[in-house]
Order: sequence, then C-alpha cells, then structure tokens
Amino acid sequence: MAADQANRLASGGLIDRSASLNFRFDGKSFSGFKGDTLASALVANGVKLVGRSFKYHRPRGILTAGSEEPNALVELRSGARREPNTKATTAELYDGLEAASQNRWPSLNFDVMAVNQLFAPIFVAGFYYKTFMWPAKFWEAIYEPAIRRAAGLGRAAQVSDPDHYDKAWAHCDVVIAGSGPAGLAAALAAGRSGARVILCEEDFVPGGRLLADGGTIDGLPASEWVARTLAELAAMPDVRIMTRTTLFGVYDGGTYGAIERVNDHLPMPPEHQVRQRLWRIVAKRCVVAAGAIERPIVFAGNDTPGVMMASAMRSYISRYAATPAKRIALFTNNEDGWRTAETAIAAGLQVAAVIDARPDVSPAHRSLASKGGFPVLHGSVVGVNGGKNGVRKISVSLTGGARAEVEADGLAVSGGWNPAVGLTSYHRGRPKWRDDIAAFVPDGAPPGMVAAGAANGAFGLGACLREGFEAGAAAARDAGRSGNVGSMPVADDEAFSLTPLWHVAGKGKAFVDQQHDVTASDVELAQREGFESVEHLKRYTTLGMATDQGKTSNVAGLAIMAAVSGKSIPETGTTIYRPPYVPVAIGAFAGHHRDENFHATRLTPSHHWAAEQGAVFVDTGLWKRAQWYPRPGEKDWLESVTREVNAVRSGVGFCDVSTLGKIDVHGPDAGAFLDRVYINAFSSLPVGKARYGLMLREDGIVYDDGTTSRLAEDHYFLTTTTAKAGLVMQHLEFCRQVLFPELDVQLTSVSDQWAQFSIAGPKTRDLLREIVDPAEDLSNEGFPFMGAREVALRGGLKARLFRISFSGEMAFEISVPARYGEAMARNLMIAGKPFGVTPYGTEALGVMRVEKGHVAGPELNGTTTAGDLGLGKMMSTKKDFIGRVMAGREALVAPDRQVVVGIKPVDKARRLRSGAHIIPKGETPGPDNDRGYVTSVCFSPVLDQWIGLGLVERGRERIGEIVHAHDPLRGEDYDVELCNPVFYDPDGGRQRG
Amino acid sequence: MRITCPFCGERELGEFTYLGDAKPQRPVADAGEEAVYDYVYLRDNVAGVMSEHWYHSGGCRAWLKVTRNTLTHEISAVEPAAGAGAAKVGA
Repeated sequence: MAADQANRLASGGLIDRSASLNFRFDGKSFSGFKGDTLASALVANGVKLVGRSFKYHRPRGILTAGSEEPNALVELRSGARREPNTKATTAELYDGLEAASQNRWPSLNFDVMAVNQLFAPIFVAGFYYKTFMWPAKFWEAIYEPAIRRAAGLGRAAQVSDPDHYDKAWAHCDVVIAGSGPAGLAAALAAGRSGARVILCEEDFVPGGRLLADGGTIDGLPASEWVARTLAELAAMPDVRIMTRTTLFGVYDGGTYGAIERVNDHLPMPPEHQVRQRLWRIVAKRCVVAAGAIERPIVFAGNDTPGVMMASAMRSYISRYAATPAKRIALFTNNEDGWRTAETAIAAGLQVAAVIDARPDVSPAHRSLASKGGFPVLHGSVVGVNGGKNGVRKISVSLTGGARAEVEADGLAVSGGWNPAVGLTSYHRGRPKWRDDIAAFVPDGAPPGMVAAGAANGAFGLGACLREGFEAGAAAARDAGRSGNVGSMPVADDEAFSLTPLWHVAGKGKAFVDQQHDVTASDVELAQREGFESVEHLKRYTTLGMATDQGKTSNVAGLAIMAAVSGKSIPETGTTIYRPPYVPVAIGAFAGHHRDENFHATRLTPSHHWAAEQGAVFVDTGLWKRAQWYPRPGEKDWLESVTREVNAVRSGVGFCDVSTLGKIDVHGPDAGAFLDRVYINAFSSLPVGKARYGLMLREDGIVYDDGTTSRLAEDHYFLTTTTAKAGLVMQHLEFCRQVLFPELDVQLTSVSDQWAQFSIAGPKTRDLLREIVDPAEDLSNEGFPFMGAREVALRGGLKARLFRISFSGEMAFEISVPARYGEAMARNLMIAGKPFGVTPYGTEALGVMRVEKGHVAGPELNGTTTAGDLGLGKMMSTKKDFIGRVMAGREALVAPDRQVVVGIKPVDKARRLRSGAHIIPKGETPGPDNDRGYVTSVCFSPVLDQWIGLGLVERGRERIGEIVHAHDPLRGEDYDVELCNPVFYDPDGGRQRG
Repeated sequence: MRITCPFCGERELGEFTYLGDAKPQRPVADAGEEAVYDYVYLRDNVAGVMSEHWYHSGGCRAWLKVTRNTLTHEISAVEPAAGAGAAKVGA
C-alpha cells in the first residue's frame, strides 16, 4: 500500500486527482497524481532527503522546481533503461516509476561516506590535485579508482540502451524558446503576422511562471488567458507548440538545436516510437523567452534539506498543491520573494518569519505580516540548524548586530533573479551587467536572435508581455511576414526592489555550487592562491562544471570572487557560455546511427547470391564484400582461399569487383583532361583499348590508380580504387571545374550503375563464350590483351568487356547494368559448371595480386611516389600533369628511398607478417637502422610458402640480400630474402595468352 | 552553417566538403618549382574574410567559391567555380 500524500493540499493545483499514480523511491512505495513531477510527488509525500552530495556526502533535498536543479538528481528507471543524474524536478511522474537516490552507500539515511564531512577541512578546492600527485603511477592504479568510487554522481546502465532516438529537421520563420508570458505573447504576435512559428517549451505544460504565480492579463486570470492564447495559437496552421522540448543550442546560420523528450513521461516508449528526438530547427529569427532563474543567497547550512528557492516553494504549493513545509521562513533581499509568503498564507500554511535583507519593507507587506501574525526581521540568515530530516531552526543576524532564532521546518530563499543568458551567449556574446536589477542581461546575441521578458531582465508581467509581443512582431516582420498583429496583451508590472546580497558570513559550510560541493571558502581560497580569473576559478574549484552548469551558482560564485578581490562584478566578468543548455543524451545525438546503422551499408550487385553461397563478408569502407566462400569440410579460411586461388590458376573463377569507382569521361577534351590528371598519356590511347593509369597529388605523392578504357573518340571509362572512389570523383571535378575550366569535358559517376565481374583463369574464354553472343570475336587477335569494347551478350543485353588482369591469368572484366549483376553471377555459375567455375573473394584476389607484385592500398599509402612503386617510367616527360613538378623534388627522387620489393622468409615454413620491420642482418633492431617494413603478405599456393611485398630502402638494388625481419608487436624475429616483387609468371605470358 | 548553392539553393553544411583557400592559382606548366611550391604549401591563415573552395558533395557536385568570415562564419557571397554546372552543354 502506497504511503498517503500527507503534504498534499486538499484542493488546487494543476494536478489530476482522479489519476493516481504509484511510484517507488529507494524501494519505498508512494503515490502521486498525473501532473506531478517526481519532485512534487516526493514533496507531497513529505520526503525531504533525496540525495547525498558529490564530495562531502552531505544530505540534500530539493532546491528548485525546474531544470536548474543541482541536488535532486536520481537514477530513474532500472536495468538497461537506468538513467543517472535525472532531475527529479523535471521528471514527469508516471505509474510504476522507479527512482533511486545517488551517491550513498549503503543507504540514503545511513551513508558511510558521510564520514567525509569530518575531513571536510582538507577536502578544499584543488584537494585532489594537491594530494594525489605523487608517486605519479599511483594515480591511475590506486588514487583515481578509489576517488571515483567515493565521489561522482549516478551509475550508467552499463548495457546497451534498448530505446530508439530520432533526429529531425524543421524550418520556420520564428523559433521561440519558452512559453511563459513573453513567449506566448511573442508567438501571438508572430503567428498573427502569418509567420511560421515553432514554440519550444521544456515543461510538459505551457505557461512558464504563470503556472505558479498567476496574475491578471487582459483582465483575465492568468490561467484563463493562457488557455485562450493556446486556443488561438492552436487555430493557426503555421504555429507549432512543442512541449517537453528544450531549445538547447544555437549554431551558425540560424540553426537551433532542440531536444524533445517524446516518451520520457512513460515507463517505456510505445512500440515503434522513439524515446527522444533531436531537432535541428532552421529559423530566420529567434525570440529567447527562456525566463530567469532565481538565485540563492549563500549562507552556512544553505544546503540543508528544506532550504528551497522561494519561487520553487511557490511552484510546489500553487502548481502541485504540495507543501514542502508546514511552517515556512522566508529569507529575501527583494520584493518578489514576498510572493512566497503570500502564497503560503493563501494555502493556509504558517509563516514563521520573513527575514528581509533590505532596509525597508513595503506597507502592504507589513500589513500582510501583521495579518499573518509573523515577524519581519531585518537582517540575514547566518546558520541553519537541521540535518537529513530537514530544517529545524534558523539563526538570524539582525541589522544592528543582534541575533534571533526562528523555528521553522522550511526556509524559502530569494536572492533575486538571473536572466537565462545561455542561448544568447553561445556565440561568445558576453552578458552585460545591469546595476538597476543587479543581474547580467543578454548582450551580443547571435544574428537573428533577441531576448524578451525576464530573459532580457524585464521581470514585471506587463513588461514580459510587451517585450515578448514586440519581439514576436519584429521577428515576423524581419522574416517577411506583415499580417495584422492585433492588440497586445496587457498586465500591470509588479514593484521591483532589490538590495544585492550574495553571501552571508557565518560558521559552517556555505555552498555556492551545491552539485559540485563548492563552498564560499573554496572561492576565497582560489582567490588567495591566484586563481582569480573567473575561468581559473571555474577550473580550480569546479564551480559550475556539474551537470547543471552552474545555473544557480555561477553568478553567486563570481560575486563572491569580486568581493574578495576588490573588484566589481562586471569587472570580474562571466565565464564563456557553451551549449547545450541542458544535458542531452549522447543517444539523441547518435539517433538511429548506431550498431549496424552507424553508417550506410553498400551491398554489391551479387550480394544476395553470394550470401546464398555462404560467403564470409568483410567490411571495406561502406561495402560488404565477399571475402571467401567456405565449403563444407574446409578447416579454416586459408584452406578456402587456397582452393579458390588454385581453381582460378588452373581453371576459371570470378569475383564481383563492382566496388571499384567508375567514372564516365565525355567530351572533345576528354583525352586532354586525362593527360593532365594521370602521369601517363591517355589522349594517345586508341579507341577500344584500356590502359593502367596512375594519379598523383599535387605534392607529387601517388593518389590513386586504375585502368581507364577508351570506348569512343570522346568517351573514356575510368576506374578508381574502391577506397578512393568518392574522393577521386571530387578531385577530378575540382580539376575540371576549378583548374581546367577551359576544357570541354563532363564527368559522370557511374559506380552504382554498373555491376562488374572479373573472370580469370585459363578457361575464361570457354566460359565467356557461353555468355557472350557467338558473333563476338574473343580470340587473342580479335580481343587482345588490354582490349576494351562494348559487346552483346546472348539474349541481346549490351555489356562492356575489358581484357585486363589483376590476377596475372588470362582474364576479362565484364560490366553489365547493375540490375543484371545478380543474374550475371547466377549465369556465370550455370554456364561455368562444365569448366568447374569457382567464385572467389577478396582474399584470393589479394593473394593473386601479391603473387603478381601489383601494388594496392598498403603500398599506395600516401607516402609513396611513382618511383617507389616501380612505376616511375610511366611518368610522361612530354606533358604537364597534376603533381609533376613536386614529384621531381630532391627528397622524392632520392636514391635511398624505400621502394617496393618482394620479401620471402628464408625458412619456407615460416609465416610472414605485415608490419614487420626490415633491419640489416646482424644488427640490433632500433629506429636508427630501420630500413623499411612489410606492407602486404599472403600464403602463395603456387610457391607453397608465405610471401609479401614491402617498402625497403634501395630495395630494388638489394634483390637477393638476406635481411632481418623484426616484429616487436608479435615478438617475432626471422630472416627474409629480398626478391623480385613479381613472384608469379614474371614475363606475363599467361595474361597475354 | 548554411551555404546557398547557386544551383540548389540554401543547404545545410553537412552537404558540403571544405577544401580551403581559393586564392592560390595553379601555376602554368613552366612556372618553376618555387611557384609550384608556393601554390601547394603556402596558405594565408586569415582571421576575417576569406575566399574558400567548397564542394557540394551531397548535392550537385559543383565546386563553389565561398566568401566567408572565419571569425563569425558569416557567408557574404557564393559563386560557382569557372567550370561548374553544365554551362558548356549546348554552348
């Protein structure tokens, strides 16, 4: 049976008493109502102690009623959905909610680490830095793990988040942050103008402070005005009100970040729905009506459970009909704080006393005091007597020096209001100080953004409505909307009177930043130790660095720093504000881009067929490529790969090579264009021929390679490596559009349009004759090595056929439109059956390329020149091309460069490994005698041993030399022989045959 | 950041790829190593308005010359590269 809601008022509040909700806090059952937050439900149930503090494990209660809360952080939900550091003050209550307090062991009431309080004098600012410095290696092994166990906030779930998160874009004329009086008035004006409006409200109910503080607008009670306004806005088709949505950041070009807590108010999202949605809102104008945050006054014991912001206390009483205390004392330095006394009396609660730091109190408040039968004490709170069960007694230092004590079980504090200057300051705008309200107000807001109402330092209800309405109208006008804005909502402004008071000196710890346990004396210590700049103060004391980002503490901290350093507050200045305004889950930023959807997956045209064959796939960039095709009985990958290689070398095999980048180059200047981007000539390539081409970067280093065929006088078909497909396209477009705009040439990426297969092995022609129209001449004379032309297939389909070989065998590559790719694979299998056709994967492809000494990614690694790869002779001396001049630099043509060479272990049974370093024989390995390294290796079925390619200093001159391979990563040392990189068929007879 | 592509209209930053300073001009074939060295390696690091190459990689594949203030990210002009678009088709 859930405990009763003893602290719930009999009537009132924006809660639905017909919808009772059960929840558990630290294992104990309670009940609340729909419309409650977890915090208000705890208040209604008389729970004062909700957590232990970060460093000292002091008992803490609820301080605020909003997203600025530093103390009431809980672990919400359980299991995989456990979410640490969730603010009880914004967590909407739902039936079955489970929450646990944080930072305590074994229980909230009895916390072992509270012993830290006894050592409090040593846990000062910079304590960890000063104490755990030596010996250095102890930090990682001993100090940090121990400190992390003792300090820190909640625990992460440790398992994968089962929920989905979404990302979405929205576009509008005017985006408005906040739905208080200023925000609603701005939406009215902008909406009536015809603007497309998005209004973001982080609460689950629009209205802002009107929900708690009420008032009279246009002669109506605030709640009625809000209802009327929402109805008017709802009738506007281009106005969208997004509750549970916080506008958290502003980015260049009028882009705003917002987080929508779509289903956080439910135990779990309904099926097929997301938990949260990250919005990027593009708006021509932005009105920041984010309101203001009431600021605490720092005094000894100000973190005792039961000490609460005055406005928060009003929220709990008025909005939630929940009473944080029975006998309330109020400590204020301003007129606005008195509203809490009014609210308490109206709710039938007792006011123990009002402690007012100002010299004078208005006659109206004097008569309130006499009517309510409570004293007005001129002075300040200097201490709180209480503990984990709340406030008991309050010590007051009266103006003139006398002392007084007030018995109360709750203390409301108001130190004035700080405009929420986050959003307006995110582009390095520094807020400016206004003496008349003793607060920072926005200055230097990003282009298109304006603050209105309390966020702009206009605290009166009338002023909020006026500023909001005018800002909304102006924003709509600027966005080109000129409809009739109608009449402005009108309300009176409340009297404003404040005497700045930041810190009351007293005995005991007085907290500035409650979430990070930073005290007033920490700030003073920072000043004494020279950390006077606010940026240093922040980092030295960690003031404002917790999850609340110092919303209730920053200004007080710098005011105290100003006082002790003898400067004014504006001279002391503020730290830089950075988004997000509230914590945003990483999951929301990731959205659906996680697990297998982390990036797009590209499937080759024959993928599904290959999967049917049981292929093992490997990720190459975004692609899934068949790596090998295991057969029953094969004991490991090497056995499968060796079988595939042998099948190709003795019969015929095929491999999907569609992942290569493919670019059609058209135009009268196509040849001239290719001459400039390749080191070798292409304008001289005859129609019907293919040629291997090499591209350099402008700095002379090799960029990419591939074969390019001339299909017509003005049409070339260029291929790139798989890895560089997109980049080469970008590079060629740069050459065409920026460097050589005078050339008449067009480029079309056709990588996805063509499925391409390599068919290799001595029986390739036999197989192809089954596929290609018999009228096509495939003989060595009719289709010689490096021939390339369009052919008809049996059945009439046009294909492109290229007689090129990567494997070193008699081979063709055939291109068909991508939609025929899978059919081509199936047909090759059927037609090739009599010849024992064998599909092969990227491993076999790699084995055969190493056997042939062809360079690939490991050699084209961004450090090698054409000469290093043994391709220096390809460089034309008759034309200019990208990279020509820089390739001739001294260091790039030096004789002692590391160049491609073949490598094989002296012990034929030995496995060669990529990455092994080449050291002269007999020398002790070290960086000074490192002469290169192994780049690619494979087991060569032809040679029946491991072989490899490497980049070795003067490698080509040293063929036959025995050197030492040193592999410190795997702890291996062995001798290898440098050899010709072409291990197989060095004169190329097989591929020409 | 948002860039107004002359062919596609205003688009979000993610559609574009940055290259860098658009001021250096590729030297003619016989300009000599010094000139090419400058072209390849020497770049101004402007704190203020500079002209930059951007590629509309997620759109029309046009190379653009974008005038941008590196301090404020304000973009004051976007022009297509000389050979961008399909200007030569049918010309």
